[in-house]
Amino acid sequence: MTYDKTKHIIPFFFCSLVLLFSSIFSMSVKAEEEEFNPGEYIMGHITDDYGWHITTINDHHISIPLPVMLFDNGSFVAFSSSKLHHGQQAYKGYALGFTEETEGSIVKLGGNYAEYTGEIDHEAASIDHVCKYDISITKNVCALLISIALLCWIFLSVAKKYKEGPLKAPKGMQSLLEPLILFIRDDVAIPSIGEEKYQKYFPYLLTLFFFILVNNLMGLIPIFPGGANLTGNITVTGVLAIITFFITNISGNKHYWKDIFNSPSVPWPLKFPLPLMPVIEFIGILTKPFVLMIRLFANITAGHIIVLGFIGLIFIFGAMSPAIGYAVSPVSIFFYIFMGLLELLVAFIQAFVFTLLSAIYIGMAVEEPHHGELKTEN
Amino acid sequence: MVLAASLINPSFGLLFWMLIGFGILVFILAKFAWPVITKSIAKREEYIETQLAEAEKIKNELANMEKKHDEMMAQTKAERDKILSDARKISEKMYEEAKLKANNEASALIEDAKKAINFEKMKAMTDIKNEIANLSIDIAEKLIRKELADKDKQEQLIEDWMKEINLN
Repeated sequence: MTYDKTKHIIPFFFCSLVLLFSSIFSMSVKAEEEEFNPGEYIMGHITDDYGWHITTINDHHISIPLPVMLFDNGSFVAFSSSKLHHGQQAYKGYALGFTEETEGSIVKLGGNYAEYTGEIDHEAASIDHVCKYDISITKNVCALLISIALLCWIFLSVAKKYKEGPLKAPKGMQSLLEPLILFIRDDVAIPSIGEEKYQKYFPYLLTLFFFILVNNLMGLIPIFPGGANLTGNITVTGVLAIITFFITNISGNKHYWKDIFNSPSVPWPLKFPLPLMPVIEFIGILTKPFVLMIRLFANITAGHIIVLGFIGLIFIFGAMSPAIGYAVSPVSIFFYIFMGLLELLVAFIQAFVFTLLSAIYIGMAVEEPHHGELKTEN
Repeated sequence: MVLAASLINPSFGLLFWMLIGFGILVFILAKFAWPVITKSIAKREEYIETQLAEAEKIKNELANMEKKHDEMMAQTKAERDKILSDARKISEKMYEEAKLKANNEASALIEDAKKAINFEKMKAMTDIKNEIANLSIDIAEKLIRKELADKDKQEQLIEDWMKEINLN
């Protein structure tokens, strides 16, 4: 056993060492070129982008170009994000927004720049409109597609294994995933929804759990194909929350709606002249998915911000003096590793919490009235 | 702050792809992966449960059989012991009987022998008596003859006899 441990410690140590010096290296490059802006640096990492930025060497951005796809004025436009050159250039009048309001989205330039391709002078150019129907394969969309492909591959191959020998002991990937599947079934779905009804919602809960988990974990990998902040994106968490919202309210039975609008356990003065409780309960329907959305978004984004903050400290101190940068690096790396481990835990917890709360909401919607409550109604 | 705004503003493209992508993911997994996996797990659980129950049953059966076996062994042992003790008793009895019979026979034989010996003894005694009698007569005869060969002696004898007669 001790032999195995040392075997793992050595590569780990070297990795940390490489990480440490690589950060110093990129730091010195940055420091020469422009002043390091931590806010921009962190936001750039956690928000969406049109290309997948990997690294910058000697002021030369290395990124994977991704397709930009727009529905603009009734026509479909598609081109590579490399044509935009990180906002430096325009392509057929399309460019990255450069004003405060349009930052982060594609804009159609007006005036002389309407069909312009090439370097843009941000002082002279005017914006005609922001392209609203932008279905570009951005960094997050790319990460989404990768995670979907990964999930399909994992679970279809696992399903194949189950098909081949349903009575065999699980092996490899199967034995990793089976406890999680059983956990979702025995500790999330069945206790929340009930033995009789859980099966209808079980596929959704499983997909939800593994989708969030895989994307949380991929978000922790610093380089491509990880590193996108997908589950820390409010659109993604919002879509998941909205799906839960629809499933909950579509499967809501009479008892569920009655509990919201005319709960027998609420005294009538709270209901009759002023429908206080029904209004609160109705707002509750909407706050539940809202809270789901915010919780996952905030947890994952916060984790990324903290990790980036620790790495950013190296650049901030390195800009003052390389010596301080060197001194701060080990501390930053230590905290980065600590946070990384914590994020690993958070990745599981948040996937579990989202799934558990979804299951509980669905369970509340499909719950049959208790006999005790029936008596008070009569 | 504008940067923060870009963080919490939902984007159309991602919404579009997320709905399509997640929808497809749920569809594919719910159609091809989850039913197979959950059914297999349930099947295996059931299989394991039945196997365990069966194993328990077999264990009980085995224990029962062992118990039965033990009982049978005990019974057989008792029977064997009984047979052995019976055999021993019978042999003892037979031995006793044989002994008794042999004794009886021996005593009968001895009795017979004794009788025969007595008889022979008597016979021999009688023979010896007869012989002795004959011998006495012979001796007496010879003595008388010798006595009578001398005239004096004959006269003396007659005299003796006469005396005896006189006494009577």
